[in-house]
Amino acid sequence: MAGDTQSNAELNTELHIPAEEHGAGFPPFDSSTYASQILWLALTFGVFYWIMKNVAVPRIAGILEDRKDRIAGDLAEANRLKQETDEAIAAYEQALAEARAKAHGIASETREKLKAEQDARREKAEAELSEKLAQAEKHIAGVKSEALGQIEEIAGDTTSALVEALMGKAPTKTDLTKALKSAMN
Amino acid sequence: MANDPIHQFQIQKIFPIEVGGMDLSFTNSSLFMVLTVASAAAFLIFTTSGRGLIPGRMQSVSEMAYEFVAGMLRSSAGTEGMRFFPLVFSLFMFVLVANLLGMFPYFFTVTSHIIVTFALAMLVIGTVTIYGLMRHGTKFFHLFAPSGVPPVLLLIVAPIEVVSFISRPISLSVRLFANMLAGHITLKVFAGFIVSMGAAGGLSAVGAILPLGMTVALTALEFLVAFLQAYVFTVLTCMYLNDALHPSH
Repeated sequence: MAGDTQSNAELNTELHIPAEEHGAGFPPFDSSTYASQILWLALTFGVFYWIMKNVAVPRIAGILEDRKDRIAGDLAEANRLKQETDEAIAAYEQALAEARAKAHGIASETREKLKAEQDARREKAEAELSEKLAQAEKHIAGVKSEALGQIEEIAGDTTSALVEALMGKAPTKTDLTKALKSAMN
Repeated sequence: MANDPIHQFQIQKIFPIEVGGMDLSFTNSSLFMVLTVASAAAFLIFTTSGRGLIPGRMQSVSEMAYEFVAGMLRSSAGTEGMRFFPLVFSLFMFVLVANLLGMFPYFFTVTSHIIVTFALAMLVIGTVTIYGLMRHGTKFFHLFAPSGVPPVLLLIVAPIEVVSFISRPISLSVRLFANMLAGHITLKVFAGFIVSMGAAGGLSAVGAILPLGMTVALTALEFLVAFLQAYVFTVLTCMYLNDALHPSH
């Protein structure tokens, strides 16, 4: 018995287990501590659960929810702005197209007007020119007929002078005219 | 005593309380339960007190923990499962912080005691069973009879399902408990080698660098295990809760 105690004491020193704890064995399997552990676990975990359920979880959920809403709101706002921009661009393009069409209209109108003016001026000039031409032609014709009339007279005078010089006696007017007419024809 | 790898799991009474012959003392285990709860709650509450739209570093950690657990629960139990979110989140944070606190030297690891992990596992299974029965009545027992199995096979399958259901709290609690216990014992043993080899002097003292390196590596591994076991505990909780919500597989 004394030997047993001796060897037990030796074993204890070797394993460094204090003698008073030796009887308890492996601590996790020591059922004498179970009641206390369960009680304190229930208390602490209960309090923890209550804090999580009523404070921490709603708060973090709220933060995440706020962020989600904010991001969704910002995205919606961005979309709205984009739509506005698109509308503005469309309006601008339309205005541009209208202006272009209008400019085109003005340009062709001006072209028409200028062309009409030019035509009118050209017609006027042509008319003037043709009038001048007609006058000139008339003048030429007048001069020509005048000249032709004088030719008869000159020819008569010349013939009369020639006949007088040859025959010593001037021909009668009637003979002269007759002769001239036959000669000229 | 310093070299005894089991000593760190001893429970010491701080305030002895005895009610009707039952020992309900406030022990070092109770103290670390209080510390776990206090630090986890304080962290979650103080970091989110700013309610920043753009989170700071610390607030991000709290949000990440929230979204991590929420993602886990939603993917395994669906949106309906979110009604259990406070419970699952509390379990995850409690186990994680208890495991991490246990990594401090001289600190007590709450989750290295089977009774604690078993109590937490029973909480999960109790919730699953009670909620399942309340919600689905006898249909909850469809859990043990998977659809599409021929009636003859049910004779074999149903008992297997029953056994697997009953073994759930055991596997859930033993997994966490054994991981924490074994990890801490291994760390202690290797750390003890450094001391004894260093004390021996000479070549042996130089060789103490090997257990030192091992201890450093094991410490890193233990941090991983501390997180991983909290994660595994939570994931399994989510899957069991899914059974309560949708018993017919």
